[in-house]
Amino acid sequence: MACIEARGLRKTFAKTVALDGIDLRIEEGRIVGVVGPNGAGKTTALNAILGLVPYQGELRVLGRDPWTERDRLMRDVSFIADVAVLPRWIKIAQALDYVAGVHPRFDRTRAESFLAKTNIRHDNKVRELSKGMVVQLHLAIVMAIDARLLVLDEPTLGLDLLYRKHFYDSLLNDYFDRNRTILVTTNQVEEIQNVLTDIVFLDRGRIVLACSMEELESRFVEVMVKPEQAAAARQFKPIHERQGLGRSVFLFDRADRQQLGALGDLRTPTIADLFIAVMGNHAGQPQGVFK
Amino acid sequence: MNAPSNAMPEPFDTKKVFSATMPAIRPLYWSVRRELWQYRSIYLVPLAVSAVMLFGFLIGTIGRALSTPDLALRRQILEEPYIFATAVVMATMFIVSVYYCLDTFHAERRDRSILFWKSLPVSDRTTVLAKVSIPFVLLPAIAIAITYATNWIMLLLSSAVMLASGLSAGPMWRQLFMLQFSLLYHLITVHLLWYAPVYTWLLLISAWARRAALLWATVPLLAIGFFEKIVFRTDYFYAWLKYRLSGPEAYDMSAPAFAIHPMMHLNLARFLSTPGLWIGFVLAALFVAASVRLRRYREPV
Repeated sequence: MACIEARGLRKTFAKTVALDGIDLRIEEGRIVGVVGPNGAGKTTALNAILGLVPYQGELRVLGRDPWTERDRLMRDVSFIADVAVLPRWIKIAQALDYVAGVHPRFDRTRAESFLAKTNIRHDNKVRELSKGMVVQLHLAIVMAIDARLLVLDEPTLGLDLLYRKHFYDSLLNDYFDRNRTILVTTNQVEEIQNVLTDIVFLDRGRIVLACSMEELESRFVEVMVKPEQAAAARQFKPIHERQGLGRSVFLFDRADRQQLGALGDLRTPTIADLFIAVMGNHAGQPQGVFK
Repeated sequence: MNAPSNAMPEPFDTKKVFSATMPAIRPLYWSVRRELWQYRSIYLVPLAVSAVMLFGFLIGTIGRALSTPDLALRRQILEEPYIFATAVVMATMFIVSVYYCLDTFHAERRDRSILFWKSLPVSDRTTVLAKVSIPFVLLPAIAIAITYATNWIMLLLSSAVMLASGLSAGPMWRQLFMLQFSLLYHLITVHLLWYAPVYTWLLLISAWARRAALLWATVPLLAIGFFEKIVFRTDYFYAWLKYRLSGPEAYDMSAPAFAIHPMMHLNLARFLSTPGLWIGFVLAALFVAASVRLRRYREPV
């Protein structure tokens, strides 16, 4: 069974189309990064998956309809929304009591052991914690829930580099395994490049590109060529061209690597470079044009 | 900053975690607990008010009684403040209820914590039920407990003064038990049953309004009445509003001292057969159902 399966997923607000027919299938055990410019529909897509907004089209998460079965689904799904959502008046001990009280899969000892490694004390209120500590607290709670799907919407927004690194390190080392799926959106895409197994590019409510990291490595290639060979490189129809250090950098999709190798050094593009190339070329065009 | 180390924690105790089946009542119980954590005014405000009343009773009433040589007058002074004290705690409870109902759904959207609550396996129905239970169960229970306790402390103090003065405290005890019984009756009939549509209306507005819940809850009702008055030159809507707020019979100021509300004198059967009561229940049920629906749709404001 796929962890998430969407067919023709649409969501319109009064004047805007937030999701314009999304087809997506995410298998269990993947770490999927959803990348897109602001207003691309990332948060709307996640909210639909979490049962926070109604939608049109078909959507199954762990075999359930999120909109009608949210409370049941949340036994197997955890999420951290884009900004601090822990109530500021709550004491840390109360937050743990409450989650332990309502969540059958919450392991309190585990949460306590995560918190023991931080400066957070049980009699603190959330309002007394720094932004980084609130995220640590939320992560400690979420990682102590034995969920099958974890959804993170810009979880490290506004955190400094050290906290951001620890956030993903803890997730990978202490939480992730083959039975879990993680869905994450972030604008600091270069930081999670090595964490992800799959990538989904969203733009204006449509999927522009959805592929695994292996597929990305085999499909896309970047070549840095001297100016005099730029014209030759253009013959191979690059999807993007940029200038850097007196050289031209071309990005190709499914090009002949042997021929390109003659022009310069080949390398796999970063997600950020690929993102810029794909968004620059395909913004607003129908989904699937890239395939 | 103390960043966490990367030491591996112990793995999930799967046996413990998976075997845990949760009785349906537990999420409700914890949802009510969290309302009490968030709104400590639910018990702190009635407690503070009754503490002030007791202090006033001690330095005012007791002091005045002791300095009055006339024994009959002394008795009168000591018997006087019970109804007032009780009415003040009840009024406090009503104010706290109104505040709570208007704030609760709005607060969780205002501070975005609704996204945290919704990330847990608690249905919107359970959450709404927990919030409804505050004005209908928790607050009345707390108010009645505090009122009774306050009354008894006052009674013990005045009994001591009476006995010391050679007066019998017996009649006062009997009167107090009557008062406490009528209070319970008043609380159940008026605050729980008759006001059911009032509290649920406020909860509904709290779940619906993006801002200014107090204005949305009141001004449209006044405007409807005003419109009716201008267009039809009638007062049906205002009369209905007044009826909903004051009870099936007009407030009778000339009623005996123990009547803090006219409904106390209504026979229970007559009260239960008042159509307005049942119309109120229907409205309350509709408002609660709408609140559950709104809680599902609403996002942070």
